[in-house]
Amino acid sequence: MKRAFEKPGTALLLRCITYAMKRHRGKLLLLTLLATGQAASAQETYPLNGIADPREGCFAFTHATIVKDPQTTLNNATLVIRDGKIVSAGTSAAIPKDAVIVDCKGKYIYPSFVDIFSNYGLSEPKRGASAWNAPPQFLSNTKGAYGWNQAIRSEVNAVDLFSADDGKAAPLREAGFGTVLTQQPDGIARGTAALVTLATAKENKVIIREKAAAAYSFDKGTSTQNYPNSLMGCIALLRQTFLDAQWYKTQPAKEGVNLSLEAWNASQQLPQLFEVTDKWDALRADKIGDEFGVQYIIRASGNEYQRISEMAATKATFALPLNFPGAIDMEDPADARYVSLAEMKHWEMAPTEPAAFEKAGIPFCLTAADLKDVKQFLANVRKAISYGLSEQKALEALTKTPATLIKAYDKVGSLEPGKLANFLITSGPVFSEKTILYQNWVQGNRYTIKADGWNDIRGIYTVNLTPGGSYSVEVRGTAAAPLLSVLQKDTLPGRIDVNGKLVSLSLALAKNSKSNVRLSGIIGDNSWNGTGADTSGNLVKWTAVFVKAVPEKADSVKKETPLAIGPLYYPFNGYGWEKLPSQQDLLIKNTTVWTGEKEGKLENTDVLIRNGKIAQVGKSLAAGNARVIDGTGKHLSAGIIDEHSHIALSRGVNESSQSVTSEVRIADVLNPDDVNIYRQLSGGVTASHLLHGSANAIGGQSQLIKLRWGQNAEDLKVTNWDPFIKFALGENVKQSNWGDRNTVRFPQTRMGVEQIYTDAFTRALDYEKQGPGKRRDLELDALVEILHQKRFITCHSYVQSEINMLMHVADSFHFKVNTFTHILEGYKVADKMKAHGAGAGTFADWWAYKMEVQDAIPYNAAIMQGAGVLTAINSDDAEMARRLNQEAAKSIKYGGMTEEEAIKLVTINPAKLLHVDNRMGSIKVGKDADVVLWSDNPLSIYAKAEKTIVDGIVEFDRDNDLQLRKRIAMERNRLTQLLLAEKKKGTPTRKASLTPEEIYHCEDLQGGHQQAIGY
Amino acid sequence: MKRQLILLSLTLGMYTARAQETISPAAPQNKPVYLTNATIHVGNGQVIENGTIAFSNGKITAVGSNIAAAGGDATVLDMKGQHVYPGIIAPESNLGLVEFESVRATIDAREVGEINPSVRSIIAYNADSKVINTLRSNGILLAQVTPEGGIISGASSVVQLDAWNWEDAAYKTDNALHFFMPPLAPLGGGRGAVPNDRLKAALEQIETVRTFFREAKAYQQEGKHTATNLKFESMRKLFNREQKLFIHCDLVKEMLVAIDFAKEFQLDVVIVGGADSWLIADILKQNNIPVVLAQPHALPVMQDDDVDQPYKTAAQLQKAGVLFCLSNEGFWQQRNLGFEAGTASAYGLTKEEALSAVTLNAAKILGIDKTTGSLETGKDANIAVSTGDILDMKSSVITRAFIQGREINLDNKQKQLYEKYEKKYGLK
Repeated sequence: MKRAFEKPGTALLLRCITYAMKRHRGKLLLLTLLATGQAASAQETYPLNGIADPREGCFAFTHATIVKDPQTTLNNATLVIRDGKIVSAGTSAAIPKDAVIVDCKGKYIYPSFVDIFSNYGLSEPKRGASAWNAPPQFLSNTKGAYGWNQAIRSEVNAVDLFSADDGKAAPLREAGFGTVLTQQPDGIARGTAALVTLATAKENKVIIREKAAAAYSFDKGTSTQNYPNSLMGCIALLRQTFLDAQWYKTQPAKEGVNLSLEAWNASQQLPQLFEVTDKWDALRADKIGDEFGVQYIIRASGNEYQRISEMAATKATFALPLNFPGAIDMEDPADARYVSLAEMKHWEMAPTEPAAFEKAGIPFCLTAADLKDVKQFLANVRKAISYGLSEQKALEALTKTPATLIKAYDKVGSLEPGKLANFLITSGPVFSEKTILYQNWVQGNRYTIKADGWNDIRGIYTVNLTPGGSYSVEVRGTAAAPLLSVLQKDTLPGRIDVNGKLVSLSLALAKNSKSNVRLSGIIGDNSWNGTGADTSGNLVKWTAVFVKAVPEKADSVKKETPLAIGPLYYPFNGYGWEKLPSQQDLLIKNTTVWTGEKEGKLENTDVLIRNGKIAQVGKSLAAGNARVIDGTGKHLSAGIIDEHSHIALSRGVNESSQSVTSEVRIADVLNPDDVNIYRQLSGGVTASHLLHGSANAIGGQSQLIKLRWGQNAEDLKVTNWDPFIKFALGENVKQSNWGDRNTVRFPQTRMGVEQIYTDAFTRALDYEKQGPGKRRDLELDALVEILHQKRFITCHSYVQSEINMLMHVADSFHFKVNTFTHILEGYKVADKMKAHGAGAGTFADWWAYKMEVQDAIPYNAAIMQGAGVLTAINSDDAEMARRLNQEAAKSIKYGGMTEEEAIKLVTINPAKLLHVDNRMGSIKVGKDADVVLWSDNPLSIYAKAEKTIVDGIVEFDRDNDLQLRKRIAMERNRLTQLLLAEKKKGTPTRKASLTPEEIYHCEDLQGGHQQAIGY
Repeated sequence: MKRQLILLSLTLGMYTARAQETISPAAPQNKPVYLTNATIHVGNGQVIENGTIAFSNGKITAVGSNIAAAGGDATVLDMKGQHVYPGIIAPESNLGLVEFESVRATIDAREVGEINPSVRSIIAYNADSKVINTLRSNGILLAQVTPEGGIISGASSVVQLDAWNWEDAAYKTDNALHFFMPPLAPLGGGRGAVPNDRLKAALEQIETVRTFFREAKAYQQEGKHTATNLKFESMRKLFNREQKLFIHCDLVKEMLVAIDFAKEFQLDVVIVGGADSWLIADILKQNNIPVVLAQPHALPVMQDDDVDQPYKTAAQLQKAGVLFCLSNEGFWQQRNLGFEAGTASAYGLTKEEALSAVTLNAAKILGIDKTTGSLETGKDANIAVSTGDILDMKSSVITRAFIQGREINLDNKQKQLYEKYEKKYGLK
């Protein structure tokens, strides 16, 4: 204690002051530091060293334009604060006698901003260094009485980890923020977030609310556990955790203490924040919320403007990031080719996101999260404003809305008595380009952001020199950087330099004068005065008196746009629609109709489509109001149904971490933006059964979709269909080709595969028998559905032993295997399949790609069909799916199938396998109008799909496609020119780079195959 | 249709008699054969209706519509209603080097190391691969077998598909050296990805290869060396232009680098892959660079590309006058090569141009057009006979095939299994 005066803090303070004095700004900085120190020392439990220095910190800010809240602006008003809180704000506020008066004439006062999405004061989560060849990790590594999954970190409280950090706080304050909700961004459940101010005080003082919200995401963060390793797994984990937490409330003895679930339950009454990285994820999060009665506040990704009506339908409030994508360097045309139109359009349209939300009436706040440099924040707000966001809404989105969202509007977000003294003092409207942010006060502590210009000295002055006479002088420029000229007959140059209250002037008093009069002095309240030297070097005394203000133009945010911003596409892809198409009545005239029914092939026949259904098939039908399509010389078949597809999925086709994952659902991860939907329409596909991969014995639940290009995930789904699930057998399930580290997961043999099934269904039976109060298990729920023939199996399979095995298992549990997919040795056991009642979906001619396909033969489909097994040809491949008609035709070559039977392999047969043959798969009155008009016999290699019609909507039209190509070229060129201009202007650009598409086959574990060109 | 089926079952009947796991190569042609009354697709664009093709001692002796009748011991086969084609050539495959893609022990396609010009694929070619027979029965009679490891992977050879061993199979040995160019595309992707590191690494690798070529060339200027460098020695044929340099690449910048290689080292360069070759077709033409075009049955390279771009690239090259042939990846997949050509025809090539793209053009590019690729007098009798259009799976049924005049057995393991199970279920 003896050496107390040498405390590092003190020494630093002195050094700072010395330094600051040298820069002639001592007073201001000293004041700041003292103010800060005062707040920190006001904690009663802390022992005192030195002389007590209690201060109440009472200030009155007078003559200001006070924007109390976005709706209320007071002119010539006074703000009074004391002890870090607002005492009053109004035009007739009484000024306490002990108030330090700060004259804010000409200045604006705003509530400081609130950011509800921050990790301020929390350390970066540390990624576990797991070796690339580490064995699989089935359970959490977290020590203690926590839950089984390492990504559910509901027990984490940001408040426990929080440590105030002025290095991080200062830039946030400079961007206008006073309060942030901080969370540790790690895991799917991230625990609770703390509401803290950005004051440089001891943590004890800046924490406003310890647990202000709970946070979630679809990113498992630092978890080293394998499960979940897909987006659908993340979703399943969240859903199961909701159920488990509910069940845990009954204090089940079996579970013991589970601190993760306890914390989950405890945090449910808090505002719930969900961070997403894509617009579709926003809908996914909201859907989970809907299921469990939670309305998430969604931290958006920045591309939600692409689906604004879907966003509105969530009824959620959004936190919008302002991390607009940077301009792309398009200089190198070869590299520019890798930049998709969608990426360029996103660059152009991303700044419209806040305006789009405002226009759609969706509540939102703004967040600085994601910004690499938070200094960019206000500039980006201004950008959003120039793209249509109103200034009032912008302010609301930074003050009232976020504060209200986290139930802290009683403390922050406006300038009401009793609230924290968190406010900004600015030179003008806060979002105006030229406005200076002078000070940000947080909890009554002043933080000077810019001192220059606080005293706006601009105006016309009369300078009196003694001796020397009077001159009229004009000071203009900006408040922070004033410029001076002498008003004679001509305007003569001069210079002014202001440092706090000190000023020096240099005046030219005559045209072409070689030297100036040099003056220095002090800026007084009423006049300036000091001494100087005239052009001859003689001492002069001077005064300057304010005459009048310099008239200035009103300063507001420039409305740069509405520039010609390109239109939105649905989906957001070069081939998207500008306006979604609607159903149309169609009459396809005089064509060869492959009915797929007992009528067979009908020549010179008309097909009438009305209200999305096939209304009539016959000769010389009347068109009525229908659009007539001439089918002369062409062929019409039912749309192709791909029984095994993996297109249009987001982030993973396999939840490959466990052998049984019946809880995961493909339906949760549909990606309507996938260009492969359009590409497959161009090959005549109208419906696809999207399957989980084949990495485990019991995979995920599948989803049948129609290729309704441009529709959202929900509208892609075929509704009211019998749900299916993917099973798999053989090498993938036993991880034969996964490398040497994967020899741990059960099963590693076909013997074990059988035991997995027997065990899973035995557990399902036992589960079903459990009485009330049981833990609802999403995995077993799906299996129970199978046992009751309410969910049907499509099973990836190759060799005869395993095919027979699964049928035996099914028989012993009294259900049927609906479909064997791949089933390359199906021809060996076709009789048994027929007896069991199983159908087949196979490849036409694939083989030799692994050991278990050594006996695959291209005659497989023909033999199975011949032996009475319902057989389809499917793709499992985004490329092959574009020509499934050709794959079907191979059964003519291999096995002598008739053409009419062959086309059924990809139309009515898969419809039957999927239990939708009552409405799809053939051309029959009353069925869905899913048809393809071919240029040629559809089984010929020369046939092209000219029109692909889904539900009576022409989803693909070869003529229209040519128009789209032109549009793509034009739009690409327009945006390329803009980007080139941007580079020329000096805007920093990022390199054009190739973003590979996600393309999946059923064997893909995590990344998926990356498209083309050597990757 | 009925007719085709009858023919098919007759042919199958023939195999039933000798169905066995091992299908033997045929004996050399010992008497002249005349295929008469056929529609002959010469491979060079010409079609002869009602024509005759005669071959003797493995060589074609006559082709035309007015061929003198066969005499003496000649075998005359009436091909009425059938189509006669040059055998299809698979210009790019790992046939015989891989038996099962996922089983390491069956893979002999990738050697260790980045620069291995002395490695030769013919050494490991397995003439007994079960896959080969499934290709022949679709009319694919010749193939280039390519090593695939590292950057300079080694020398390919062309094989004929009816052989007891690799020595017999060799049709043109070491015809090309293969250079797998590292991708010159800036890869984006996830957050914070650094796209350029990979590009830089690729450029460095290309420079390494260039330096290697320069040193190899210099090495050959001096006859005596204290230490013999087998890698440099193996480059002799390349610099003498007895061997071509096949550069595997797809993107524009990569192809430009390939053309630059051709210029600097005065080599016969062929581009293999060429997904984006349509963008620089005129440059390829100007520089006389042929293309072994990757399969049309592929997805477009970029999201915004025309949905049928891979289907129509062949027609764009044809129009620009670029010498190209069509290829298919892998080994078992080669049996669909004719259908790849069919698709290219649906999207712009005439049927005969499409045929050339898997026959004569391939022969030219592989350097074997003096002896095969078309049905012209003096060339080897490498012939496939189909009941219908060989480019369309709907109609392509191969009834006979000849390699160097030998009528080859069109049976294969898969047909045998077909027979076996047809019998089981009484489907015959």
